[in-house]
Amino acid sequence: MPHLDIIDLNASYGSVGVLKGVNLSVERGEVVSLVGPSGSGKSTLLRVLVGLTPPSGGRIVVDGTTIDYRSKSSLKAARDRMAIVFQQYNLFQNMDVMRNVTIAPVQIKGRQRAEVEADATKILARMGLADKHHSYPDQLSGGQQQRVALARALALKPEILLLDEVTSALDPELVNEVLDAIRALAAEGMTMLIVSHEMAFVKEVSSKVVMMDKGQVVEAGPPREIIDAPKTDRAKEFFGKILRH
Amino acid sequence: MNYTFQFGVAFDVLPQLLEGAVLTFQMGVVTFAGGSILGLFFAALKTYGNRPLRGLAQAYVVFFTNTPALIQIYFLYFGLPEFGILWDNFVCVMIGLILNSGAYLTEIMRAGFLSVRATEMEAAEALGFNRLQQIRHVIVPHIAKTIYPALANFFIVILVMGTSIGAVVGVDELTGQAINLSTENYRWLEMFTVAAGLYVILTLVASIALALFGRWAFRVKAKVF
Amino acid sequence: MERIIAQLPRFFSPENIYFLLQGMAMTLTLTIVGCVLGFLLAFIIVYVRQTPGWWAVPMRLVAIAYVEIFRRIPFLVVTYLVLFFIAAFVKQASVFVIALVAICIYSTAYTADIIRGGFESVARQQIEAATAMNFSRWQTLTKVIMPQSWPVILPPAIVFMVSFIKDTSLVSQVGVFELTFRGKELNNAGFSGVLVFGTIALLYFVMSYPLTRFGAWLEQRLAASRHHRPQRQLR
Repeated sequence: MPHLDIIDLNASYGSVGVLKGVNLSVERGEVVSLVGPSGSGKSTLLRVLVGLTPPSGGRIVVDGTTIDYRSKSSLKAARDRMAIVFQQYNLFQNMDVMRNVTIAPVQIKGRQRAEVEADATKILARMGLADKHHSYPDQLSGGQQQRVALARALALKPEILLLDEVTSALDPELVNEVLDAIRALAAEGMTMLIVSHEMAFVKEVSSKVVMMDKGQVVEAGPPREIIDAPKTDRAKEFFGKILRH
Repeated sequence: MNYTFQFGVAFDVLPQLLEGAVLTFQMGVVTFAGGSILGLFFAALKTYGNRPLRGLAQAYVVFFTNTPALIQIYFLYFGLPEFGILWDNFVCVMIGLILNSGAYLTEIMRAGFLSVRATEMEAAEALGFNRLQQIRHVIVPHIAKTIYPALANFFIVILVMGTSIGAVVGVDELTGQAINLSTENYRWLEMFTVAAGLYVILTLVASIALALFGRWAFRVKAKVF
Repeated sequence: MERIIAQLPRFFSPENIYFLLQGMAMTLTLTIVGCVLGFLLAFIIVYVRQTPGWWAVPMRLVAIAYVEIFRRIPFLVVTYLVLFFIAAFVKQASVFVIALVAICIYSTAYTADIIRGGFESVARQQIEAATAMNFSRWQTLTKVIMPQSWPVILPPAIVFMVSFIKDTSLVSQVGVFELTFRGKELNNAGFSGVLVFGTIALLYFVMSYPLTRFGAWLEQRLAASRHHRPQRQLR
């Protein structure tokens, strides 16, 4: 049984369809990368998964349970299992690093503060932020902020991690520190769905690459097949453009 | 809870209330025009004047924006006769409102003057504009665009808050008219409800007209709401 | 002029000074209590206005209509409406309560827009992050939005309240014994209009000016810390 199964998913902003019948399944411990031109619906797919954009049709099944996005309790359960990291980090500017990471587990999930803080200390150390517990987001570099955002997502103990272009807003020299952190997570067997433009990284870390265009899946398969030897004209054109850069 | 509304009484005298609304609108326009002239004058003093002139403009603004318009009008109405100056109530209200709004308009106009940056002037000079062309093509459009939303908003403030003060000393604008008519038939609540409705309509029409005009004349997106 | 000078000692008698100070206290009480209550009600109005979902559409419309309508009616007319409404349905109510209700109704409409602007100044992405982490609407508001928006809300709210000190002079029309009404009493008692209303103007100035400066100072200070961590190095 796939860990995450997306079946004939549709979504639209107003009357404009942005997802038109997307099918995709992610096995447990698999890292799946979504690639494609901007506006192809990759980010929207992640937003639909965590209930930020309502789906207009199709099904999303997590570990055998279909999520009903119109039901508050079902949506809440889904958000407990999936955590998202955004392109712009979206850290809470009024909280220091420790509070950004611990607020949801403590206040929303009602776990013991001491236990959560011990967890958070470990996670932050892994992210190379051991000395930043009491810094505020505006005192950190983009790369550091994005690692805090990763730590915040991990502190929720998600089963599936969704990463939405997490390196796009970073200066080139800061990209690697974030990618290293993701590599480590992949090695540990975390199920991940990644939207990224870093083709070399995608090729290295993914077990499956999904090429999307105009709200549909164009091609899907192992990275070497899709990136190095695409079959469809659309994918050939896209990778041809990207790899020339 | 046994009050019976009789709006018919208020609608019967709608023509008289509308006369009041027309006077409210006229007072608003005249106050705004007079206040703008004062505002322009004092803003120029405050921005380009020497030290004593700047101080004078500042004193004017600080005094008139920190005391109630009603007290300013009372001063003119009850105080000036002691110096042999006998203005009727309407003149006192208009002069009071113009002096009062002039102080607020000084601040708005000054923000406009300050928004013209030196670099834009240099750019205009580099393009070979002479002084008059600079004023016409660079300064005026720039200032208009910057302060139009604030001006439009302030016009509504005058129309709503400002002119109704006239009723206090017996000017027959919309509020005054509502008081006059209520004392005849004692339907105060109905009369004031209808008057309030007229204020809403009057200011809505003015807001929409100003927003459309701003869009047409200065390509400003002034908000209606 | 001689008349004014002749009246001076009698005008500034201890009784009259006390009489006017009481008027100032009444004016300030009306302003502060009315505006603070209005501020709290405005929070509710904004919360209702931002409730998502189809079922909340009527509530949203009421919230929008409230703000739009009361911002377009003169304060004097609102005061009269409250007076006659209470007279028609409740019968006995003190003019103080009537004035307070009018100020409250009016300041709610004005501060609602200030609060809404403050809430909207918080980046939408942070709200989405909170939503994705299962924060409820109330938790998002109290833990993420409010701590960040008060530096945006507080200065204009204070500026509004300070400017309302002057507008409360209109409640003298329904017989509230505040500063302006006391001025009229003294004028009726035969004191010179120049002397009385000059003094009253000065007293309003004394209340308004320092608070205006304080509002401007606060605005500058908070503008510097906007979107940032709470100020820790307090000197």
